[in-house]
Formats: sequence, C-alpha cells, structure tokens
Amino acid sequence: MGQAKVDVLIPLILYFLFVYFLGFYSLKFVSRARQTKGKNFLVEYLIGGRSLGGFVLAMTLVATYLSAGSFIGGPGAAYTYGLAWVYLAMTQMPTGYFTLAVLGKKFAIIARKINAVTMTDFLKERYENKLVIILCSLSIVFFFTASMAAQWIGAARLLEGSVGLSYTTALTFFGVTVLVYTTIGGYRAVALTDTLQGVVMTVGTAAVIIAAIIVGGGVSNLVNGLYAIHPGLISPYGVDPQFTSAAWVTSYWILVGFAIVGLPQVAVRAMSYRDSKSLKEAIIYGTIVSMVLLLGMHLLGAFGRVLIPGIEAGDLVVPTIITSLFPNWAAGIILAGPLAAVMSTVDSQLLLAVGAIVNDIYVNLINPRIKKTASLAFAASVFLGIIIFIVAYNPPPLMVWLNLYAHGGTIATFLWPIILGLYWKKANAQGALASIITGIGSYMLFHNFWPRPLGMHTIVLPLIISLATFVIVSLFTPGPSKKIIERFWGP
Amino acid sequence: MSNQKNTELELKEDPRYKQCNREALWGLALGVANLVWWFAWGYGLGNKPPEEYTYILGFPSWFFMSCIAGAILFSLLAIAVVTFFFKDMPLEADEKYREQKEN
Repeated sequence: MGQAKVDVLIPLILYFLFVYFLGFYSLKFVSRARQTKGKNFLVEYLIGGRSLGGFVLAMTLVATYLSAGSFIGGPGAAYTYGLAWVYLAMTQMPTGYFTLAVLGKKFAIIARKINAVTMTDFLKERYENKLVIILCSLSIVFFFTASMAAQWIGAARLLEGSVGLSYTTALTFFGVTVLVYTTIGGYRAVALTDTLQGVVMTVGTAAVIIAAIIVGGGVSNLVNGLYAIHPGLISPYGVDPQFTSAAWVTSYWILVGFAIVGLPQVAVRAMSYRDSKSLKEAIIYGTIVSMVLLLGMHLLGAFGRVLIPGIEAGDLVVPTIITSLFPNWAAGIILAGPLAAVMSTVDSQLLLAVGAIVNDIYVNLINPRIKKTASLAFAASVFLGIIIFIVAYNPPPLMVWLNLYAHGGTIATFLWPIILGLYWKKANAQGALASIITGIGSYMLFHNFWPRPLGMHTIVLPLIISLATFVIVSLFTPGPSKKIIERFWGP
Repeated sequence: MSNQKNTELELKEDPRYKQCNREALWGLALGVANLVWWFAWGYGLGNKPPEEYTYILGFPSWFFMSCIAGAILFSLLAIAVVTFFFKDMPLEADEKYREQKEN
C-alpha cells in the first residue's frame, strides 16, 4: 500500500477527534464521582451511574455484541458462502430483544438491591464463594485480553489496508484512542461513543447496501449473478453443504443468539439503564438496528461476489467494496463503521477487565476498605492497554491459543451462573463452580477432539453438560442460605 | 426435613418479580418462535435444487421469507410485546423495607 490516502484519512481523523471529545465530556461526570469515595466512584465509572436512557442503551448493547466478526469476518464469509452465510448471520437477530427481556427488570432490580457494578459483583452476592469470584475474574481478564488483542489486530489491518498507514502507526492510532477515552471517561464514555458508533454503523450500512444494489442493477440481477457463479451461493446449504449443514447453521442460534446473555460485556448493560421505560425503548431500537446492520452488512458481502469478483482475503472484502463504490472522502466516513464496531466491542471489554481487576479482585478480595478506587482504575486500564498493545504488536502463542477459546469460554463461565442465579432459588455455589469448571473444561476438550458433536457447533454440548452439572450438584448439596434468598427474592 | 425447607423457601417475594418473570418468558417465547419461523421457511423452501427456486422481490423465496420477512415480522412482534405486555415499574430497592430490617 505504501502511500497514505489523505482524503480517506481526513474524515477518519475528524471522527476520532469526536470520539475524544465524548471521552472528555464524560470525564466531567467521572471527576464529580471522584469527589465521593469508594464504591460511588465505581458506580459511575463502571456502569455510568445507572442512568442510561433507551436509545443509548440499545446502541451500546448492539454495538458491543456486534464485533469485528459481524463487520469484517462475517461479510467476508458471506462473500465465500453466499446467502447461506447471511442466513446464518440472522441467528443474531433476537439478541436485541432476547437479552434485555430475559435478564429484564429483575436483573436491574437485584443489581440495585445489592449495589452490583460488575457481573462478578452479582455472582459474589448470589453465591458467596471466593472461588467463584476468582474463576470469573480470571476468565474475564485472560479471555478478554486475548480477544481484545485479536480485535486490535483486525482494526489495525483495516486501517492499513484501506488508508495505507503502516501497521505500527495504525495500531498506535487505534490503541491510544480507545485507551484514552475509556480510561478517562469510563462506562459513560463507552456508552456515548458506542451510540455515536452505532449511528455511524447503521447509516453507513444502509448507504453501502443501497449503493451496492443500485450499482449491481437491482436484487434480481445480483441474485442471478450469484447463481451463475455457483448455484450453491443462493441456497441455504451454501457452496459446501458439508460445511454449512443444517445442524451446524442452526446451532448458531445458541452460539450468537441466545447464549449472548452469558457474555458479561452484554449482561452488564442490563444493570445500567435508568428505568423501565428505557428498557422498553431499548428493545425496540435495538431490534430494528440489529436487523439493519446484520442484513445490510452480510448481504453486502454476498453481493460483493458479483460486484467485485476475485477478492482473495476475506478481511479485505468490506474495505475493498466500500472504497470501490464511493469517492474517497465518503469511503472514509463509511469505513468508520467497521472501525466503530471494533472500538465499541473493545472498549467494553477493556472496562470490564479493569472492573475485574479493581472491583472484583482488589476491592472484593484484597482490600475492601480502599478509598482511592479511581487511581487504581486508571492505573489498571493503562497497564492493560500496554499489555494488549504489546500482544497485538507481536502475538505470543499463548494469546493466539486463548483467543480460540475466548468467546465460548466466556459464555461457558457466565451463562448458567447468571441465569440460574437469577431465576432458580436452589442454585448454589457448588453448582455454579461445577458448572464453570465442566463448561470451560468440556468446551476445550470438544474443541480439540470432537469439534462438531452431532453436526452442531462446539459450544452446544458443553453448555448442556454444564447446565446438567449445575442442576444435579445444586440438588444434592445444601441450598443457598436464608440470607441470600431474602436479599435476592425478598421485597 | 424437606417440608421444613419448603416453608423456609416460601418467603414473601418482591411483588414486582411476578411481572418480571412473565416478561422474561415473553422474551423466551419470542426467541423460540423466531427460531422456528427462520428454520421452517429457510429449510422448508430452500431444501430443493436452486434451479427450482421461486423468487420474491428478486430474492429466493426461502431467503426472503426467513430472513427479510422474518426480521421485519419479529421486530414488529417485539414492539407489540413490549408495548402491550411489559409494564412500567420502579426499579429502585425499597428503602423503607431496608431501614426497617436494619433497625
């Protein structure tokens, strides 16, 4: 690539400046909370003082769970496998309403009762077990660091490929921005930038798909074009029916649809909204925005096969289509969409990892009386940022290995302890521990020895096994103390 | 023994939870219905050689019905469910009750 393309870069720089502005705007709230000591600071810093309205909640939720995968990897796969991959992507459609309705108001009410600011806070009060806290916090710190590094690499490659910056410059540019606004502004900055990013993604996606359909001479023309390249491109079985089999594609409903409830960065959003009206609005906005984004981006990938045949690397499909459909300055604005998708996922993960270190490990286990939570939180996020930068610059084998398990491992850790803890009075610490250990353990085993059990995605059976373990162990061991039940269920 | 346990568990519940549980079930029902719709149209109409496909607005019918019509229908259903079956309620912890207990 070599030469930087200035006219693509300028809109991107303006966009980044606006992101910085939101960070500094949120700093005001954080500084105010800093005057108060201890936990109050963390309530502002980690969940924005439980004050999000419906639109911001919807945008931060959608932007967080739609990651680089949905904007770069997903369309790239749709380019290769055709409409079958768009079909697969639509299994994420329910996330907008499902997460918020299932965790729902009960989760928000309990979070207020026990003053929880992280998922681990919730699990700590519900199970009163140190080992559960340690496992959950470590799972967040390790899995998230690995997956954040992978996403930083993706973002840097995107900047490198489309703007012509060198990899190092791109990585620094991206990393410093995320780190600065997350560190100074906390959750409020993350939610506000997510909202900006969600709007940019939605408008950008709509613009790109409409342009693609017009350039391609209408939907019929494009679908005929796909059929002419390979009839499988317009079938739900794809070009390789062995690979995109019905059982495997359908099991994505578990992986990216329903089990998303178990991702801490998604679930924590369900304790950050202001009132029941915000929840209602968020479900409506969230569902519509996910529909536009999922359909738009993946159809773009599939149609891209007809518009620009012969793109070799899947990661380059979206940037290539965008830069060839639009003049450079507009491409710069639209490219902010995929970058925003990465940023909005990474910032939430960064904040949660900071929460895990400061709130879950330090405040909960080491020194509950600490006053200076603010300085500790800033230090932790700068420290994590530097680690991720080093990892992304030259990924060590351990991180590559961890990233393989990051998504499934996080779900296997958190899904059942959250859901059963919320809805089943008999769920106890022994059950939660057994479920976390069998969940992560069996997921790693299946991943290596039987990656497609019964034709389904690896995650399905481990989730069933860990659910069964949880229920059986809880039934055969003493139930939670009366104090816990009263605290969670009492009026 | 087990009887005693049961009465212990039968404490007075936060009155808001009944409605909360109902709303969670609505979410679950909507999700499962969405899966069934997606699967039935997608594999129902798509399960034949592409030469025999019919088309709606240019898209193969299986794709249009499962992905496009399905997405629009379930967005509308989600709006209907939260509008008609979700109730507004305060989310705050009841301070009065807490004070009583602490005294």
